[in-house]
Amino acid sequence: MSGPLGNAFTRLYGARGWAVLTLCGMILFVVFPLLNLAVPAGSAFHVSAYWVTLIGKIMCFAIVAVAMDLIWGYCGILSLGHGLFFALGGYGMGMYLMRQIGRDGQYRSDLPDFMVFLDWKQLPWHWWNSDSFAWALFLAVAVPGVLAFVFGYFAFRSRIKGVYFSIITQALTFAAMLLFFRNETGFGGNNGFTDFKRILGYSITTPETRMVLFTVTAAVLIATLLLGRYLVTSKFGRVLAAIRDAEQRVMFCGYNTLHYKLFVWTLSAVLCGIAGALYVTQVGIINPGEMSPANSIEIAIWVAVGGRGTLVGAIVGAGVVNGAKSFFTQAFPEYWLYVLGMMFILVTLFLPQGIVGLLNKSRTAR
Amino acid sequence: MRGKNSKITKLVLAGALFACLIGVLRPALALDRAAMEKLALGDGDERLEGIAALVAEGDPRAGAVLGALADGEMQTASKRILIVKGDDATDAVTGEKIAPLPAEREDVMVNNRLRGAVQDALAALKLVSPDRDIRFAAAKELAGGTVAGMLPLVKKALAKERDAEIRELLVHTAASLELKADDIQTRLAAVRTLGLSGSGNAKRLLLSVLESETNDDVRVEAKQSLAQVNDRLAWGERAGLLFAGISLGSILLLAALGLAITYGLMGVINMAHGELIMIGAYATYVVQNLFKAHLPAAFDAYLLCAVPVAFAASALVGMVLERSVIRWLYGRPLETLLATWGISLVLIQAVRTLFGAQNVQVENPAFMSGGVEILANVVLPWSRIVIVLFAGAVLAGVWLLLTRTRLGLFVRGVTQNRAMASCVGVPTARVDTLAFGLGSGIAGLAGCALSQIGNVGPDLGQSYIVDSFMVVVLGGVGQLAGTVYAALGLGFANKLLESWSGAVLAKIVVLVFIIIFIQKRPQGMFALKGRSVET
Repeated sequence: MSGPLGNAFTRLYGARGWAVLTLCGMILFVVFPLLNLAVPAGSAFHVSAYWVTLIGKIMCFAIVAVAMDLIWGYCGILSLGHGLFFALGGYGMGMYLMRQIGRDGQYRSDLPDFMVFLDWKQLPWHWWNSDSFAWALFLAVAVPGVLAFVFGYFAFRSRIKGVYFSIITQALTFAAMLLFFRNETGFGGNNGFTDFKRILGYSITTPETRMVLFTVTAAVLIATLLLGRYLVTSKFGRVLAAIRDAEQRVMFCGYNTLHYKLFVWTLSAVLCGIAGALYVTQVGIINPGEMSPANSIEIAIWVAVGGRGTLVGAIVGAGVVNGAKSFFTQAFPEYWLYVLGMMFILVTLFLPQGIVGLLNKSRTAR
Repeated sequence: MRGKNSKITKLVLAGALFACLIGVLRPALALDRAAMEKLALGDGDERLEGIAALVAEGDPRAGAVLGALADGEMQTASKRILIVKGDDATDAVTGEKIAPLPAEREDVMVNNRLRGAVQDALAALKLVSPDRDIRFAAAKELAGGTVAGMLPLVKKALAKERDAEIRELLVHTAASLELKADDIQTRLAAVRTLGLSGSGNAKRLLLSVLESETNDDVRVEAKQSLAQVNDRLAWGERAGLLFAGISLGSILLLAALGLAITYGLMGVINMAHGELIMIGAYATYVVQNLFKAHLPAAFDAYLLCAVPVAFAASALVGMVLERSVIRWLYGRPLETLLATWGISLVLIQAVRTLFGAQNVQVENPAFMSGGVEILANVVLPWSRIVIVLFAGAVLAGVWLLLTRTRLGLFVRGVTQNRAMASCVGVPTARVDTLAFGLGSGIAGLAGCALSQIGNVGPDLGQSYIVDSFMVVVLGGVGQLAGTVYAALGLGFANKLLESWSGAVLAKIVVLVFIIIFIQKRPQGMFALKGRSVET
């Protein structure tokens, strides 16, 4: 390939990288839908709804992991509050899905069930326009984005970094969790949103709708990966890595690191918000538990297991950890915390480059 | 309503006076027959008068009769009043045994109104008991009572009472009863007396006076008294709030003190700190069970034994962690954070496997139950007081250890300049282990204290980890003073906000405040001064 566009493509990945990516895309966009929809349920090749939901869910997590890798792997900012942005995106979409239930709720009311339960007579102000899909998409992107921008602006301006930053992001998501647990906040208290019926008028439980959501998620994931790759291979990415390695020097070279950090931090939050919006449509529930500090730390371990600063590693890590999680929580629920805990310890002690780093090392050793 | 009340009061007073006269004139061989008959055979108000008359003498036998009435053991046969217990019957008035049980008997019915009056009367009778504790309890029980018939007995008891505490209660009770007197002067005096009290009960009574009183003088006086009572109540609330703040602050201090050493001095982010607290609490639980099983006689002493055990258990776990995991991650704080988070997950699950996922029961020793009443509406529980003192003691101990011992010197030396300390022969690796063990052990002490006031479960540590990090971050790393101020400050702020916005909002506000504060002073309140760019 030649020309400016070709250069842009070759800069992102080599021929082999593109081949692998195309293969993955083919599997996700063609093979998976066919196996799910066209192959009859009794067949050995049939992919059940369980797998569609599970892989869809993991792809949402993978988007979050890529977002996390952008700020942690490339910019050295460890956020322990990314679950908050994810959940906010989910709540933004969840409001729309709640309104789509219409009068099919238990109380046969125009208001969502939990509001009837609280004896509210009308929608609170922040539910304005919540029956519009476009507005829901806007909220899912704008709310995490604006919050991250404001929070990041003040935090980075005061040069809060390292562990301090991690701890106050944790405090942020913790405070938000407490806020969302309250019934008065108007987001369903600890039950959150669930029992969705339809999206854009289509029933949300049919295999076709689910497959559409699945392919949309896959597309967003691949787009996120390419966008991330584009950023980190650009000059912007070089500056990010320089900030990670020696922020003082970058500043002394005349760069305003605030702008770089703020941009990548806000972008990361927006990606999380999109992932959250996709997540809630497929998993069908969103509650304040998603904002618990433990969930946000888990995001970091996805990236650490896969390999920091590789983007692909983040996707691999999200897949491996969440795959292991759904296996263990079903087969040996009491051992899952041991496995997760040991993963944290062993990966940080012995596998600082993660799985991808291990593979690269074995390839260069050959 | 008032008219009827005052009529009853008049009658009751007359009855009581009459009864007193009889009591004086006649040796108390038997109970007042007329009163008994009113009680057993009369109807409605007559029966209340009967009770008042019986009680006025303060005769202990009246207690027995009233008790029988309350238990449904009083019966009537034609005109005689009997107390029937199984097959035995006695004459309620004379106390004679009645051998053949009369065939036709009727139960004396007790309705709710009468039952309330009987309860008050029984309490009133206890006012003349020789035992101080019984008198005190009775005086407390009567403090809320408004049955006018008790007044003579209360006054009688007041005349005899020497104990200041009981006198105060009785004066209050008498005043609340006199509020309904006909004489304006009596009512005025009663309102004034209530104004000297500081209890919520007095406030309620005064409010009801303001509602029903017709005399302007009394109303004015009542308003004044109400203002006084409100003032005193407000002080009580303030004192309660102050103590709640100190109490929460001392708990935060205990939880954060260990962290101030491991994070503040050593720079190790220990996310498993909460779990070390939990281990201390479970160690206390184990010691408690051992005492229950083997030394039930010395059960109250288990806490004294649990303190060193909790310290040792957590310190040991901490040192093992330092040697096996944390040591390899020095200088890489973000990795330390993740690894210690993993450790905390493993510890939580290990405790779940060992002790079950449910909360376990840790009992307070006897000396920690109950409380001290410092004002009418403020009771300080002993368990909280002990914890405040304990936190103070631990703080003093840590301070002494760090400033007065060789180990403390080494720890400070390694903190300030590791390389130089190593050069002059400080075994830095061992000092690290010991310092980490010390911080972990203090977490264990915190767990021991927390087991006395809250639930002990595998998730105990999780609820404190965010709070304790906030304390350390707010206080600034590197010194203990910051931790102390931050813990107490956060404790007060939390309780103060709680009193007008509820617990959850208070917590959110405090967290947001800290986040904003950190923007202004990224190094906390008490940062070590220096000129280093990298912090």
